[in-house]
Amino acid sequence: MARVSIQNLNKKYDNGFHAVKDVNLEIQDKEFVVLVGPSGCGKTTTLRMVAGLEEITSGEIRIGEQVVNDLPPMDRNIAMVFQNYALYPHKTVFDNMAFGLQMRGYAKADVDKRVREAAEMLGIQPLLERKPRQLSGGQRQRVAVGRAIVRHPQVFLFDEPLSNLDAQLRVQMRVELKRLHEQLETTAIYVTHDQVEAMTLGDRVVVMKDGLVQQVGEPLELYAQPANRFVAGFIGSPAMNFVEVAISGAGAALWAQAEGLRVRVPTEFAERVHAHAGKRLTLGVRPEALRIANGVDEYSFETAVDVVEPLGNEILLNFRAGGVPMVARVDPGVRIKAHDNIRFALDPQRLHFFDPGSDAAL
Amino acid sequence: MLIERKWKKWLYFYLPMTVFIVFTLFPFYWMAVTAFRPDNELYATWRQPNAAPLWTLHPTLEHFVGLMQTTAFPTWLWNTMLIAIVSTLISLVCGMFAGYALARLRFRGSEFLGTAIFITYLVPQTLLFIPLADIVRDLQLGNTPWALMLTYPTFLIPFCTWLLMGYFKTIPRELEECARIDGATRFGAMVRIIFPVAIPGILSAGIFAFTLSWNEFIYALVFMASADQKTVPVGVVSELIRGDIFFWGQLMMGALLGSVPVALVYSFFVEYYVTGLTGSVKG
Repeated sequence: MARVSIQNLNKKYDNGFHAVKDVNLEIQDKEFVVLVGPSGCGKTTTLRMVAGLEEITSGEIRIGEQVVNDLPPMDRNIAMVFQNYALYPHKTVFDNMAFGLQMRGYAKADVDKRVREAAEMLGIQPLLERKPRQLSGGQRQRVAVGRAIVRHPQVFLFDEPLSNLDAQLRVQMRVELKRLHEQLETTAIYVTHDQVEAMTLGDRVVVMKDGLVQQVGEPLELYAQPANRFVAGFIGSPAMNFVEVAISGAGAALWAQAEGLRVRVPTEFAERVHAHAGKRLTLGVRPEALRIANGVDEYSFETAVDVVEPLGNEILLNFRAGGVPMVARVDPGVRIKAHDNIRFALDPQRLHFFDPGSDAAL
Repeated sequence: MLIERKWKKWLYFYLPMTVFIVFTLFPFYWMAVTAFRPDNELYATWRQPNAAPLWTLHPTLEHFVGLMQTTAFPTWLWNTMLIAIVSTLISLVCGMFAGYALARLRFRGSEFLGTAIFITYLVPQTLLFIPLADIVRDLQLGNTPWALMLTYPTFLIPFCTWLLMGYFKTIPRELEECARIDGATRFGAMVRIIFPVAIPGILSAGIFAFTLSWNEFIYALVFMASADQKTVPVGVVSELIRGDIFFWGQLMMGALLGSVPVALVYSFFVEYYVTGLTGSVKG
């Protein structure tokens, strides 16, 4: 139970690859923080540096009050769950879970008690005498988690622990992990490339790309106010639509224009967008910020739908506007066929504008 | 249709397999038959009435008795066993640590070192015995078991190192990372996690090393002079071929008895041995 503080963390490999660049992160006690990003973004490297499995090129990592830069993994009082579970194949489930306690010299009775407690919490008591190869993927996953929790570490580290499970089990384990975290009240750092996992599990989410932290925030904050185009596109499924628009007009009546699309810039953006009048910006619209228009207004445009994807709880409409493919998420009650001409309206409260040069949100 | 397929299976599968089995096993069979054949039958011509060239009509233990009485065969067997076990153990221990280091540790020149070790394995023994003989003489180890116990590792260690390096590389790195987080040092993780997981590979390396040293001929011939220090392969050949006289029955009996321990070792560990060469570790 401790804070984790990461300051100006850098990792450069011998071949010159700069995997982690100046990462700063303050993780509060009992917080569940998720590092998310595409593969090669440095999230796993960051986690491994916290674990002590990877040397730090520069910067500082503190767990609790202690600087752990030069501490070996065993002295950091952490536990880690690996993607491939890394269960010891020659040991039984019980011995897998007990190993960390035995290495730390716990009394036999104490080891036994703790392992059985953890096994009960995870519902794996009947498996204690089995070997890992006799377990299913989900059971192995539980054992790996159990092995981490028996030690009551200061910090849990998770390295894509659910990505080897099938989709259904993944959803189930996701909920269980969240429940477990609430029960245990231990600081947790969780790495994943799956934005849904990140959004559902994290108290806060850290989005990374190319070794740089793009944005840190609560899940809904990232969703509603992405700091840049990358975060906006990475969080949310289907992804946000992006259209290159030209800004024209003057004063209060600014217009964003692209091929087949002409909408008014909402007044709350007017001031920020004003400086870009006569230039181009990227307009970002979430699929659910598009609805079928009731009439013609200054936020609506007409286009033909190419593909209709009825998902049951919603319908995804694929169409082209502004020269790019876009997706709208609409109510399942709507009856639309492919190739229908539809008038869509943008929700002016939920538009995003990005500088096309820096990709930063305006 | 069905008949034709059966016929094809015989032609393409059973027939080649039978040829292969006969080809590989016949020398052993011949050795065994000769070992139990009385001398008069052994030297009889095949044309003689009642001749049974492929088996024996009067099995006898005379060659066994002769081998035990006229030669130091039990001593040879003991020498061979002792030397094979000690040199295998030395080579395994060195090979385990060296293989682990080459598979896991990143240090300057680790790749070069790996290749260099492999190249030493390629130097033929028929050349290497010359400088080694010099060393053995300087250390005054000639005609003692130590001469072989210490020279066999020169080819066994590179072999074990390479075989085990390959095996260690198949073990997921996360296993020992997890052990290190669980509270083990690097050395502790190696001894408590990696070595137990690598048992099939270690056993394979051990069996191979044991067989190689059991059957080794040149070093044993050069470094061992007196009859009571010889190993089975050298003893049998040097003591049972006198001038141009071959004591066939005793020779074959010696060879048969000499191959029994190796066969036993193989049959005991055959399962491990196969996974050691082919399989890796799964989760």
